[in-house]
Parts: sequence; structure tokens; C-alpha cells
Amino acid sequence: MDLFLEQLPVVIKSLNIGFLQTLKLFFATLLGALPLGLAISFGSRSRISIIRYIFKVFIWIIRGTPLMIQLLIIYYFPGLVLHNAIWGGDEAGRFAASAIAFIINYACYFSEIFRGGIQSIPVGQDEAGLVLGMTKSQIFFKVKLLQMVKRILPPISNEILTLVKDTSLARIIALQEIIWAGQAFMKGSQGISGAIWPLFFTAVYYLVCNGLLTIVLGRCEKKLEFFV
Amino acid sequence: MQILEAEHICKSFDRTEVLKDISFSLEKSQVLSIIGSSGSGKTTLLRCLNFLETPDQGIIRVKGETVFDGSDASYLKESMIRKNRLHFGMVFQSFNLFPQYTALRNVMLAKELQAKARPDYKEKKKQILEEIRAEAEELLRQMGLEDRMGNYPHQLSGGQCQRVAIARALALKPDILCFDEPTSALDPELTGEVLRVMKELAAQKMTMIIVTHEMTFARDVSDQVLFMDEGYVLEHGSPDEVFGDPKEERTKQFLSHFFAS
Ligand SMILES: Nc1ncnc2c1ncn2[C@@H]1O[C@H](COP(=O)(O)OP(=O)(O)OP(=O)(O)O)[C@@H](O)[C@H]1O
Ligand SMILES: [Mg+2]
Repeated sequence: MDLFLEQLPVVIKSLNIGFLQTLKLFFATLLGALPLGLAISFGSRSRISIIRYIFKVFIWIIRGTPLMIQLLIIYYFPGLVLHNAIWGGDEAGRFAASAIAFIINYACYFSEIFRGGIQSIPVGQDEAGLVLGMTKSQIFFKVKLLQMVKRILPPISNEILTLVKDTSLARIIALQEIIWAGQAFMKGSQGISGAIWPLFFTAVYYLVCNGLLTIVLGRCEKKLEFFV
Repeated sequence: MQILEAEHICKSFDRTEVLKDISFSLEKSQVLSIIGSSGSGKTTLLRCLNFLETPDQGIIRVKGETVFDGSDASYLKESMIRKNRLHFGMVFQSFNLFPQYTALRNVMLAKELQAKARPDYKEKKKQILEEIRAEAEELLRQMGLEDRMGNYPHQLSGGQCQRVAIARALALKPDILCFDEPTSALDPELTGEVLRVMKELAAQKMTMIIVTHEMTFARDVSDQVLFMDEGYVLEHGSPDEVFGDPKEERTKQFLSHFFAS
């Protein structure tokens, strides 16, 4: 017991640092993937069939293969195949590679949700706006956007909760996120080795984080309940 | 003076000809009812007038001014279409109200967006918006919805929704108001309140084109009736002529479904 209390502050400090990296990856992914996803959703609905086709194939590949493989390829491909190690060998390089892999992957998932959201708005809404002399952009921003947001919020919330947990995949390229930090105490780190309990602690971080997100996202959904 | 002249309107979807050479005209303050069996092209005709579909051929003139000419591509420019379609208002069968706005905001929205383009909008914003609101409230009162202005569409009955939609169309002061089966989505009880509002509009000399299956209403309210069949205007005349003494066998056959004798 005494040993545990002695080790606890060391472990917590290390987990905090790891969790900070987890959160950084989480927010970077959201910030990048939401707008990129919207752009991809427009591309996949392009009137030009070749563009539509290219986007569809891209989405198919990204959604059809594991994020872990995408991480490995994005991190190692430049150095091993192109002999140009653009990422450098440090934590910053690993973070940049992870963020790019996550942004591309999540943007594809988001884009399909956006596409569904846009398509689920009845054409009658467009037509009503048109006959009232509105421009296409007025119709999008003043008529359809809020209806879209309302419809896509539940599936987007799902993806966001999954993303929190998926960030741990970046461990495969040794990004020092929270699971990496917890696992270090099994292998031996800062005078502690063979300890599995730090790993259980990491689970608490995820639970609390997703608990808070669930509350916030739930509030947003509630806010949009004033219309149907 | 004719307020609306449509000449030789043709429209096909892929290879199906839906409108085959439609011509008619309408005088100011008149009510034109369009009747005909399902698939005869009534909706398509109204959608052509509102530029929701582009006719393949034909000319449309409003108050003598050409607003569409199938042989002149300059009428297809988006800005041109947006300006010209404001001659027409449209009331849809399924209302198509904006669900995230109250009844009042539904009526105000398009006017507000238009006002933003005014050069004096910045200086007089408050006054302009106040005017728009006052006009919208007046329209909703006219529709008998004074106590429903703050309600969202999902809180309104179908008949109330359709009356909001009529007020919304009227807010832009169209020259001609088009209705596409405005009561088809309503049960008989609610149909009455919408038809009553339309009769009031007719009494106020609003120019209207009404696609309807309500034959008794069409007979009462119309100045002209147009019977469409398979993309053609088969019969066109006063309600007495079309309902009382139809010339074509096809018209008689169609009307016999409604006026069993
Ligand atoms: N966008 C479209 N693409 C292809 N065909 C269409 C389209 N819109 C209408 N049509 C066809 O055009 C014909 C006329 O349709 P329209 O909706 O104008 O008929 P209508 O007289 O309004 O019928 P109803 O009384 O059932 O409303 C129908 O055969 C329909 O299938
Ligand atoms: Mg129709």
C-alpha cells in the first residue's frame, strides 16, 4: 500500500502528460476533419462524374482499410520508400503524422455523414427558397444548414466518442499518448516496472472525457429540439 | 391587357413529352383553374411558370414583358431567373414551410434577405425590419392566424401551415399567385379553411392560377377553367362552358367522375 501511494503521483503525472497528447490529437483531428469532411462531401456529390468517382474511390479505400495501416503508411512511407524522412524522428514529427492520418480518416467518415445530412433535406425546402427569390447560398445557410446540423448531430456525436478512443492507435508509431504512457510502467519507466494498474487508470481518463462529451453533445441536441 | 401570356410551352423529361404546345393567357385579377387527370402535366406547367423547370420551348410574358423565351439563352442566367420568378408566387401541395422558423419568420425571411441588398439597409435597418414585420403580421392576420404567429410549423395543423405558406408567398407581392393542389394534403375539415382564404384573395382581385381537384370550388371561384390532358390544353373557357357544356368527349368523361349525374 505504501508503495502504491509512493508510485501514484509519478504515474498520475506521466498519465497527465500522455493524456494531454491524446487531447491534442483529438482536437487537431476534429478541427481538421470537420471542414475537410464537408469539402469531401461536396466532392462526392459533384456534378462531374469523374470527380465524383475519384472521391468515392478515395472514401472507399480510407473507410475500407484499418486506420492503423494508414498511420503506419503515412509515418513510414516517406522515409523508407521515398528516402525523405519528412516527419523527423521526434515526438513532434510523430504527432504531425498521426494528426494527418486521423484527419484524413475521420474526414472520410464525416463526409459520408454530411452527404447523408444534405440529401435528407427534402427538395421542397430548396424549391420553397427558390420561388421566394433566394440565392443558392442563402438557401444553404438560412434554410438548410440548421436542419442538416440537427440531423447529423447524433451520428457525428458517435464518431466523436469513437475518436477519443481511437487516438490510442497512434501508439503504433510510438506517439506518447496516454496508453503509451500507462504501458511504459509495465515495461519499466521511472523506477516502476511490471505494474499493470496504471493501464486501468487510463481507462478512467477515457471514461471521464467521454462522459463530459456525452453531456455537452446531448445539450446541443436538446438545443435543437425546438423544431422538427 | 393580359397580365400573363404563355405561348407554345413545351417540356420533355428525357424522352417523355409532358407539355406539348401549351398556350393560354390570363387577365389581371382573374382566377384560372387548371384541372385534368393525374399525369396530364399540371404541376409541370406551374413549375415552368415558376422556373423550377425550364421549358424546352415557348415564350412567357408578364405584363407584356418577356420573362422567358426558349430561343434566347440569356433568359437562363441565374440572376435573370431569380428576378423574373418574383412575378410569380407558389403555394405547394406539401406547404414546404421552413421548420426552424416561426410562422412569422417564415413570412418575413425572404423579404429580410431582399432588404439586405438595399443601399440604405445599414442606416435604416431597424425601421426596414419593423416594416417587414408589420406587413407579415398583417398578412397572417388576414389568414386568420393572429394567435399563431409565434408557433413553429410542427405546432400547426395542415390547414394552418398552408395558410402560413400562402402568407409567405403573398409577402413578396407577386403579380400572379400559383397554387398546386393546395388542399390535397388536407382532410376535408381543414380544406374548407384554406379554400375560404383563397376565395377572399379572389374577392380582393388577386390574380391566381390554381391546380385543383376541388371541382365545386373551381366552378365557384374561377373566371376561366383550363382542362389539360396528356400535355395538351383540351378545353379552355368559362366555368359554365367547361363544366356545363364541355365540347370534348375526354372532358365529359373526366368530369363525370366528379359530378355523378
Ligand atoms: N422530374 C421529372 N422527371 C421525369 N418525369 C417527370 C418529372 N416530373 C414529372 N414527370 C412526368 O411528367 C408527367 C406529368 O407530371 P405532372 O406532375 O406535371 O402531372 P400532374 O398533372 O401534376 O399530375 P397529378 O394530378 O398527379 O399531380 C408524369 O407522367 C410524370 O411522371
Ligand atoms: Mg401535380
